[in-house]
Amino acid sequence: MRIKSALAAATVVALAAACGSGGGGESSSSSNEPVKINFLSLAWQQESVAANKQLVDEWNKANPNIQVTYVQGSWDNVNDQLVTQFAGGTAPDVIHNDSPALSGFASDGYLLDLGDKLPAELKSDIPQAAWDTVTFDGGKGEQGVYGVPFLQESQVIIANKKLLDASGVRVPTSDNPWTWDEFSEAAKKMTKSGAYGVAWPMKSPVNKTLNLALSFGGTFFQSAGGKTTVKVGPEEREVLQRIHDQLNKDKSADPGALGQGTADPLPSFYEGKFAMLPAGVFLRQQVVEQAPEGFEWVTLPAPKGTSAQQGAVSQTLSIAQDSEHPDEAMKFISFFLNSTNQVKLAKGDWLLPTSQKAAADPALTTKENGWDVATASAKNLVVAPFLKVNGFDEWRTKIATPALQEYFANKITIDEVSAKLVEDGNKVLERYQR
Amino acid sequence: MRRRVGPTKIVVQVLQYLALLAFIAFLAFPLLWLLSTALKTPRELALTDPTWIPRLPTLANFRDAFGEQDLVGAAARSLVVALFSSFITVLISLPASYAMARYRSLVNRIAIGWVLVSQVFPFILIIIPLFMILRDLDLVNTLPGLVVVHVTFTLPFALWMLQGYVRAVPPELEEAAAVDGASRLRSIVSVVAPLLAPGVVATLLFAFISSWNEFMFALVILQDPDVMTLPLTLVRFTGPEGVARLGPLAAASLMATIPSLIFFAIIQRRLKSGLMAGAVKG
Repeated sequence: MRIKSALAAATVVALAAACGSGGGGESSSSSNEPVKINFLSLAWQQESVAANKQLVDEWNKANPNIQVTYVQGSWDNVNDQLVTQFAGGTAPDVIHNDSPALSGFASDGYLLDLGDKLPAELKSDIPQAAWDTVTFDGGKGEQGVYGVPFLQESQVIIANKKLLDASGVRVPTSDNPWTWDEFSEAAKKMTKSGAYGVAWPMKSPVNKTLNLALSFGGTFFQSAGGKTTVKVGPEEREVLQRIHDQLNKDKSADPGALGQGTADPLPSFYEGKFAMLPAGVFLRQQVVEQAPEGFEWVTLPAPKGTSAQQGAVSQTLSIAQDSEHPDEAMKFISFFLNSTNQVKLAKGDWLLPTSQKAAADPALTTKENGWDVATASAKNLVVAPFLKVNGFDEWRTKIATPALQEYFANKITIDEVSAKLVEDGNKVLERYQR
Repeated sequence: MRRRVGPTKIVVQVLQYLALLAFIAFLAFPLLWLLSTALKTPRELALTDPTWIPRLPTLANFRDAFGEQDLVGAAARSLVVALFSSFITVLISLPASYAMARYRSLVNRIAIGWVLVSQVFPFILIIIPLFMILRDLDLVNTLPGLVVVHVTFTLPFALWMLQGYVRAVPPELEEAAAVDGASRLRSIVSVVAPLLAPGVVATLLFAFISSWNEFMFALVILQDPDVMTLPLTLVRFTGPEGVARLGPLAAASLMATIPSLIFFAIIQRRLKSGLMAGAVKG
């Protein structure tokens, strides 16, 4: 590295003169200049980006003294980007992310505790269950609120209406969803003449199965004496086994979709190769955009177990601990996430707003494109237990993802997958709790 | 008198051309597929039976890509960074590789070893310390900062590449120049450097393409939308869980390949071998 550093330093002089352009690292501003805030947004869908930009423009016009710069990031790399920028003290003032990522950043002291700064109106408009998704240990043993939750995703079933009607099964509603038994029966009935009842794309199986497992009270993690361990008991096994049975016993799930990513099975769905696709509510946007003319589809609620509960994670806006303008950043967040604006953001991203006023907006309760079912599912969202688990990310990628993939592919038994999740998983978690 | 070409030779030639055509088609496939994807509607992109020729060709993806993102500005910045990075890399690695190839000493061997070892470190290990150095030099969020990083990371391989070319230049040529009264500097400039042209071009291309495509360092160093490079702009068409807006992404990616194709087309003529054939005889 010495050679590299020396070479780097040597080229600096030449470059400083050679390359004239640059953003400038200067952040100091005189008292006459407006306060400048960088807002890192992860919006990526066309409508969502447009809504974000429009809101930033509105803010900038109305607040000449607090100017917000819209910086577009990407979900795939945001945490690598933030780790470096936090360490270097150059992170954006306002940061868009999701609640699972906040826990680590909060405990490392990179995020500002917003507890004292939240305006009453914003605080009361968002239910406690959503605030729970952003409440973490700040690294010194105290609990803090490290973001404002604003969009949530629930699991629904996107179904081919023609195949659903032809099967003659009861069509579930938000008030009366299918039980998992009914769902399995429906999938079996829809499996005929080369078409499967359901498809489970399980390239990333962990969050989906863990969120659905809550319908049987499966939490996968337990805490005692300040120590968190993995548990896979009867409650946790329920959903795992039922999905496994559809794939390997009932043969009602398309095996071709098993290794695919969330949106990958959609082309086969449009061709009627399977009837139902359990997915996050955001996938409706892809269906609206891609489905062939005349293709009829409906949104159904997720099946219920002993309850209809689902684990929820939230998209969030946080403020960097090193921000020079935290109060102005909070003012911007309050504007950006008011109920009127949350309607625009939810529509843009095809997700559920946390604002209760926004959720009641007719645009988000219409039957069109399944908004009524999607929005109604928000009442079943509770904080996903894994959100509070230090080391969850490593457990998910190194232990749970390969273990669940092997299990769903019928390469290992339920006992073997349970043992892997618990024994190997606890070794991972132990390192984070020393 | 013209020699008669036998039927076997004709068959061999035809087969050679067929193989060449197949190879060209293989190489062109990604680019053509990108073009086909860029001209398709979202519905056509979702077909399980994809077609080469779009049924309803559309330019909407290009309109969306250019309308939503500053692709031209980002491409211009990428070009500036890639050109500076590649030329500075060559400027430094040319004399350094000469020293590495010609001077045999313990220090030299250690330096060569270190250059190789430095390639083993994963980016992610050094990205934070590197970021701190750039911050202290006030180079975060600037294009010169990114150029410094790109030069730093392409140099070791460029050095390694070029010193191979230097070794291939017979020392006898320099000795002959010395006999004619040329100083070492003169013999490097007038004798060695021209013979290294193919190596310099290859190094230039390597450094240019590495810099043009580089994403991770640009992601953490550049924060202001006004300085962002092309790879950072392309990634904005992708969402969580691998979901992407394929049409606009393909349209933008297609445009992103054009400058490097042009650059390659301009300098590929220099990529020829055999300059030294017969230089040393007897």
